[in-house]
Amino acid sequence: MELDELYQTIILDHAKRPRNFGELPPPATKGQGYNPACGDEVSVYVSQKQDGTIEQVQFTGQACAICMASTSLMTTQVKGKTTAEALTLQQAFIDLLTRDIEPKIRLGNLQALAGVKKFPQRLKCATLGWHALESALKGER
Amino acid sequence: MTNALATKYRTDFPILDQQVNGHPLVYLDNAASTQRPVRVIDAINQYYRHDHANVHRGIHALSSRATKLYEDARSRVARFLGAAGPESIVFTRGTTEGINLVASTWGIQNLGPKDIILITEMEHHANLIPWQILARRTGAKLEYIAIHGDEGTIDWSQVEERLKNEPVRLLALTHISNSLGCINPVREVCLAARRYGVTTLIDAAQSAGHGPLNVEEIGCDFLAFSGHKCCGPTGIGALYGRPELLSKMEPYQCGGEMISSVTYEKAEWKPAPHRFEAGTPHIAGAIGLAAALDYLDQVGREAIQSNDHLFGQIAYEQLSTIPGMRLLGPKGTRAGLVSFQIGKIHAHDLVAYADHFGVALRGGHHCNQPLMRKLGLTGSARASFYFYNTEAEIDRLLKALRKAIDYFGG
Repeated sequence: MELDELYQTIILDHAKRPRNFGELPPPATKGQGYNPACGDEVSVYVSQKQDGTIEQVQFTGQACAICMASTSLMTTQVKGKTTAEALTLQQAFIDLLTRDIEPKIRLGNLQALAGVKKFPQRLKCATLGWHALESALKGER
Repeated sequence: MTNALATKYRTDFPILDQQVNGHPLVYLDNAASTQRPVRVIDAINQYYRHDHANVHRGIHALSSRATKLYEDARSRVARFLGAAGPESIVFTRGTTEGINLVASTWGIQNLGPKDIILITEMEHHANLIPWQILARRTGAKLEYIAIHGDEGTIDWSQVEERLKNEPVRLLALTHISNSLGCINPVREVCLAARRYGVTTLIDAAQSAGHGPLNVEEIGCDFLAFSGHKCCGPTGIGALYGRPELLSKMEPYQCGGEMISSVTYEKAEWKPAPHRFEAGTPHIAGAIGLAAALDYLDQVGREAIQSNDHLFGQIAYEQLSTIPGMRLLGPKGTRAGLVSFQIGKIHAHDLVAYADHFGVALRGGHHCNQPLMRKLGLTGSARASFYFYNTEAEIDRLLKALRKAIDYFGG
């Protein structure tokens, strides 16, 4: 059924057992995502190497399964990427959820969230962690 | 007897007869907005097809017809609220605008740095943020009546003490909490407030369409409600204000319709309530609202109230049998709405899941963010009933929730 497209097994798994969950101390930077529609909050922590690649990324928060899974999957995908690469991945991921075009780059496990396209009211849930990542990469804390 | 009203009136609501995601719709989001009976839809239709023109300014036939319908609607609202006359009824866009109107007129004119605005911790954002802003503008202090536990209990005797001993100028209170489902003793509280010279405002958004309501009996100074939560159109509601207060209040917005004379230098206002209705009003909305109020009287407001309490009680009892269930609001008498949290399942996941089985719920903070935070929740799911709901629909809700627990693993 359609609901299973939204809540794929991998999503339910990441929602129940989020990966890379927890804070990172400074000098890691922190970005926050807040969804006023539901009150969900996630914080994403990023530490970068000298060359700008992402060394560690973790998150905390309380949110719905879609948001938790999306953020958890994100943390497993952006490690080792440069800021530019991470933002390209973010854009490709948002395209996957909003547009009818083939993603330009491989999205791996993130593909599991493609079902969100049929539930546009959940788009914000799926992208909240990514926006938090974006502001963490901008070096806010 | 549970389905007595639904058996008689459900077919008046054509929207309820549809499939959602392959299942018959179970509409349990009535606290957000109820549905409209054919009679209301027809009244609006009839108005636009036959009677529309602008009000209060034309001499021609249609304009006088529209004006009469609009002003009759005002009298209808007055009767609905048990107000002495139509001069105490201001048409608004809804409860939110009614409260904002009072805050930005009466509030600005009457409050100062020594005054306290007293509200409860269970207020909807609409009965909270206007007072935050007003406090900031006037230097008055916004204070809260504490609620206790998941039941949201309030020690009302303490409230009376505060009214007596503290410089409270305004008490703004919800009649029925939209997330806890508790029914506040507005009559007793307003009586105490009057004794100590405290002005009162009642947020009747959740109560107006759900039982008898009489401003004289309650003894409040202001009361606001929304049409769309009681079978009427969206974008229309009314504010009741005691005439002696309304007549001293400055306009809320300015423009056409609300003036008696204008020169390039100054303007004079019409008397209340027209002073508060600048611009062309929502004429069709007012007419639709009047039709809705006629309809509610036909169904019987006492009958609606009993039905509400019965559904609230049945739903509360049934839901409490679900493992991991955390219910908000009173265990005893309650309105026809129940908010809950199941284990660690996020409200949005629960609501999305229920929707898949045609069950429409609300999930989130219900415009009660501070309350949810106080209860240690980011949000909750809410089922809210109206007289067209059936007991079988409570069963459908329970079934969907039990499946959701299997799916998300509690």
